[in-house]
Amino acid sequence: MSVAFTPMEARLALDPMLPQPAVIEAIKPEAAGIGTFTLVFSDPTVAQAFRFAPGQFNMLYVPGFGEAAISLSSDPNQPGRMGHTIRYAGNVTRALARLKVGDLIGVRGPYGSVWPLEEGLGKNLVVVGGGIGLAPLRPLILAVLQRRAAYQRVVLLYGARTSADLLYREEFESWQKQGIELHITVDIGDEKWPGLVGVVPMLFYRIRMDAKQTLVLACGPEIMMRFAIYEALARRISKDSVYVSMERNMKCAVGFCGHCQYGPTFLCKQGPVLKFSAIEPFFGREDF
Amino acid sequence: MAEDLPRVSARVLIFKTSFQRIFDNLRAAGFTLVGPTLRDSAIVLDEITRVEELPRGWCDEQGPDKYRLVSTRGAQYFDYVVSSHSWKQFLYPPRRKLFSIEKRDGQWTITPAEGDGCRRAFIGVRPCDLHAISIQDRVFVTGEFRDPHYSRAREQVFVLAVNCGQAGANCFCTSLKTGPRATSGFDLALTELPDEFVVEIGSEAGAEIMRGTDWQLATAFDLSRAAEVSDRAERQIERVLRTDDLPAMLYDNAEHPEWDAVAARCLSCANCTMVCPTCFCSTMEDGSDLRGTVCDRTRVWDSCFTLDFSHVYGGNTRPTVRARYRQWLTHKLATWIDQFGLSGCVGCGRCITWCPVGIDLTEEVQAIRTEATE
Repeated sequence: MSVAFTPMEARLALDPMLPQPAVIEAIKPEAAGIGTFTLVFSDPTVAQAFRFAPGQFNMLYVPGFGEAAISLSSDPNQPGRMGHTIRYAGNVTRALARLKVGDLIGVRGPYGSVWPLEEGLGKNLVVVGGGIGLAPLRPLILAVLQRRAAYQRVVLLYGARTSADLLYREEFESWQKQGIELHITVDIGDEKWPGLVGVVPMLFYRIRMDAKQTLVLACGPEIMMRFAIYEALARRISKDSVYVSMERNMKCAVGFCGHCQYGPTFLCKQGPVLKFSAIEPFFGREDF
Repeated sequence: MAEDLPRVSARVLIFKTSFQRIFDNLRAAGFTLVGPTLRDSAIVLDEITRVEELPRGWCDEQGPDKYRLVSTRGAQYFDYVVSSHSWKQFLYPPRRKLFSIEKRDGQWTITPAEGDGCRRAFIGVRPCDLHAISIQDRVFVTGEFRDPHYSRAREQVFVLAVNCGQAGANCFCTSLKTGPRATSGFDLALTELPDEFVVEIGSEAGAEIMRGTDWQLATAFDLSRAAEVSDRAERQIERVLRTDDLPAMLYDNAEHPEWDAVAARCLSCANCTMVCPTCFCSTMEDGSDLRGTVCDRTRVWDSCFTLDFSHVYGGNTRPTVRARYRQWLTHKLATWIDQFGLSGCVGCGRCITWCPVGIDLTEEVQAIRTEATE
């Protein structure tokens, strides 16, 4: 039985592990060893039916190499053109790096929980990103910009190792113009970087807002998220108002493989976006 | 004229001379029989066709890192305690090809792998293993996503359960309320008496398989003899796993020194996860021809005891044996409850038997429960 071109719904009903072919429409280099792939499902019906919410991810499949869980980093209002910002770090992502525009890869998704955009309505948003952790936050920023007036202050605290590692720099100005307050820092400064030098959680000292009316949404290295949480809690922001996006090894994205377990949580199903209060008992625990 | 068949939930008596008829009926109905048989000085589960292939008169002595067959000099078919491996290998095989993919003229053809189509009758499922199957059902069938491979195999299975007449030294089903009596989830459930079986009919399919046997309704006397069989097994169980304070007790003791002590003994060999009837973790293997135009994906059993299991960019989230043993035990007995509404342990004792250094999870839980004395 061949199922090369049946709609996603039917395919998923058949087997949630089967990918759908998608064409690489564009590859945009973002930083050293990082690029954004734009993917479009080969089957127009599948492409049209595809929807995702900020925070979700797809499983990208390179035949013969395997699958990698990669966040969607593109505009959720153009779901047919799926953007994935990828660091070429592992077996699968390095295989992806060798592909070119027009090649096919396999895609299944979207999977996982979403950033609390509804809960944030009428509130301040503090978006905290570290390195490639900005990728899953970009759809959130783009969604917020779609209805900017529905939120109070929106602040992006972002940092990377060096200025060359900052993602989406060409968009910062536009984001600022549309009402997003940006605070950018790098771990290691150089002569080309006129801005702040230091770690991301320190950027909390540059903002001040009503704790009861603020959501914190963070994605980046766990150590960065840990200290961002400390800074948020120190400002009396509730544990229920702090959200983080977690990463663990993931083989299936549908709760079968067991790899992404984080305490009682399957990060593929209840995560990757989790309320801090839900993971507080084990967040930051060594070797967990 | 239609032959009378027993009603569902009826308990009937058959003489052992009629037992082969059940096998024959199952085979005539298209089932491949899988049951306990002797091989390599162990009781393993394999394809059988005749009752003579059952391990009649053999018992398995089990202990921490101990498994020996001993002759009971008896004539009972089901004198043994629990098979070396569980039934998981037939519903969720150690290697399962998922699909293959062929690239041609810039297009892909993805072909899902077919199952073996085999309709299996499980002969001699112990009550603990029956529970284990229902626990894996929650992972692969009744969750948010459904695994078609497991589901297909599962739907076709005929379950002939056998209530326990003895318990081994590693058995603790009574702690988890999974045995020694089968209460649901079977087509037929046998209790072995010296010359007869008391058979509980669990389904219409089970009733149908009784056709042509010498069944008669069990009398109160037969039932009391059957009850005595499983009562005896229950009395023999000495091992205890206290569960009333789980999962909280394990969550509260994530930094207990016992984790270091057990890590010093644990070889991280993954045996316990392989023999566990509920452990379900897997990984993927990707294959391809030399030109990369024909590729496939295969799901293989994995274990949280391997270092690779927790690999992420930059390292492993559980680099130590301490972290991995803690993950396994905490998942099995605590987080499993949060995830699936019940414990991931059925008390079969296999992880104790097959641990090459004899680590006993019931002892570990008790040691963690006890305050450190240092």
